[in-house]
Amino acid sequence: MKMISNALYAVVLLVILAGCNSLRGTGDMGVVIERATGSVQIIETTQQTKLSQVDGLGDLSHASIVFSRDERFAYVFGRDGGLTKIDLLTAKIDKRIIQSGNSIGGAISQDGRLVAVSNYTPGGVKVFDADTLKLVADIPATYGKQKQQSKVVGLVDAPGQKFVFSLYDAGEIWIADFSQADEPEITRFRDIGKQPYDGLITPDGRFYIAGLFGEDGLALLDLWHLEKGVKGILRDYGRGSKKMPVYKMPHLEGWAMTEDYAFLPAVGRNEVLIVDRRNWKQVATLPVHGQPVFVMARPDGRQVWVNFAYPRNDTVQVIDTEQLQIVKTLKPGKAVLHMEFTPRGEHVWISARDAGKVTVYDTGSFKVITTLPMKKPSGIFFTSRAHRIGL
Amino acid sequence: MLSEQRRAELHNLLLQDCGSCHGMTLKGGLGPALTPDVLKDKPREFIEFTIMEGRSGTPMPPWKDILTRDEILWLVDTLYTGVRP
Ligand code: HEC
Repeated sequence: MKMISNALYAVVLLVILAGCNSLRGTGDMGVVIERATGSVQIIETTQQTKLSQVDGLGDLSHASIVFSRDERFAYVFGRDGGLTKIDLLTAKIDKRIIQSGNSIGGAISQDGRLVAVSNYTPGGVKVFDADTLKLVADIPATYGKQKQQSKVVGLVDAPGQKFVFSLYDAGEIWIADFSQADEPEITRFRDIGKQPYDGLITPDGRFYIAGLFGEDGLALLDLWHLEKGVKGILRDYGRGSKKMPVYKMPHLEGWAMTEDYAFLPAVGRNEVLIVDRRNWKQVATLPVHGQPVFVMARPDGRQVWVNFAYPRNDTVQVIDTEQLQIVKTLKPGKAVLHMEFTPRGEHVWISARDAGKVTVYDTGSFKVITTLPMKKPSGIFFTSRAHRIGL
Repeated sequence: MLSEQRRAELHNLLLQDCGSCHGMTLKGGLGPALTPDVLKDKPREFIEFTIMEGRSGTPMPPWKDILTRDEILWLVDTLYTGVRP
């Protein structure tokens, strides 16, 4: 009898140990959007492999993702207004709701308790409990005498349990402060410029910047000094007198900040704009292969990587931030849509939609580490975003 | 007459590149919905002209330097009958 129970214990112990082996952290995981099939691939960046696929996420064109602060859950914001919470460890949909007709992006609050979604129609922001996805607050972006609702763009989180966003049709920036109650206090800044099309917050959480489509320049808000209001910067710059058509709106989320400079995509020009971070004055422009879409700094700030709009979108260029010149031109394949650095920047993952693959490059040698076949891959998001302001 | 390959490319362009502003199912995004029910009340020439020339003061770009007239007419036809993904 004793013998048998000992053997049983051994078996039970083995099972437990085997279970332990499959425990894992999520800090090296990420999610790649497959935009045509409404699915995502869960990946890991240590061995550079696909772990599992999650289906049933709806229209994922222009989809984006934020992560829970424990880096276990991914919140996927779909174009069709879907908000899906995915458990990265079980590779299952934890919860899914359709929260509006047409959404564009999202953010997670400083304390991780609230998830906000910005919508085109009806225009506004909706805020949900991150745990249950129950509606906490509805903020219609109403403006003007007719009480129209504006499309909302450039939604980010800011320190102090705030969300900041821009109203495309109204030309306004709003701050929704949730620090006191689930009924937010709204601060409105009017006449910030024509057609803000996207926004970003600096990595320290201090400055919110909206790119303007309808006029030259950008709108800058110092969140430490709201009393100073919104200031126009780089007014002599933007699309300029010789306006070129824009075949894809640039994204500001990835605006690159190094210690001294900010690198910005020029709207409608084959240029990257280099700006002095202390006074927001332009110091140089760098001619590049096409109209920049994402301009992203490697985490150490030594390199800036740029991809381009249709029809020049098979190329990626690398700028050395010390020499301020292009040091490498790569061809990852047709329709490069997104780039994501590993947390410390040794690798970058690049999606090429029409080539149907994600390529992992070594950022030092520019050698291809591996390629992973995927169906129309677009956005790539790593869990390390969970701990960065504005992502 | 457009080749089958070119039509496949244009179909992809419509869903992916027009879709980046109009939504991949063309139900609307930064730009308005381009579905048959929305377009049916609008004159074809007006839609064709918008695609050729773009609309200044808005993000809608002109496509006449990138696509031929025949290709744009094919896009208009396809929009009015409805695009299948
Ligand atoms: C960079 C963004 C962008 C891209 C890319 C884009 N559009 Fe547009 N489009 C717009 C916007 C914004 C409007 C609305 C303009 C306005 O406010 O009048 C528009 C308007 C239109 C209209 C007029 C609709 C109406 O009801 O009046 C048509 C037709 C159209 N687009 C077709 C296309 C086609 C076809 C493509 C691809 C070949 C395309 N668009 C690519 C942004 C874009």
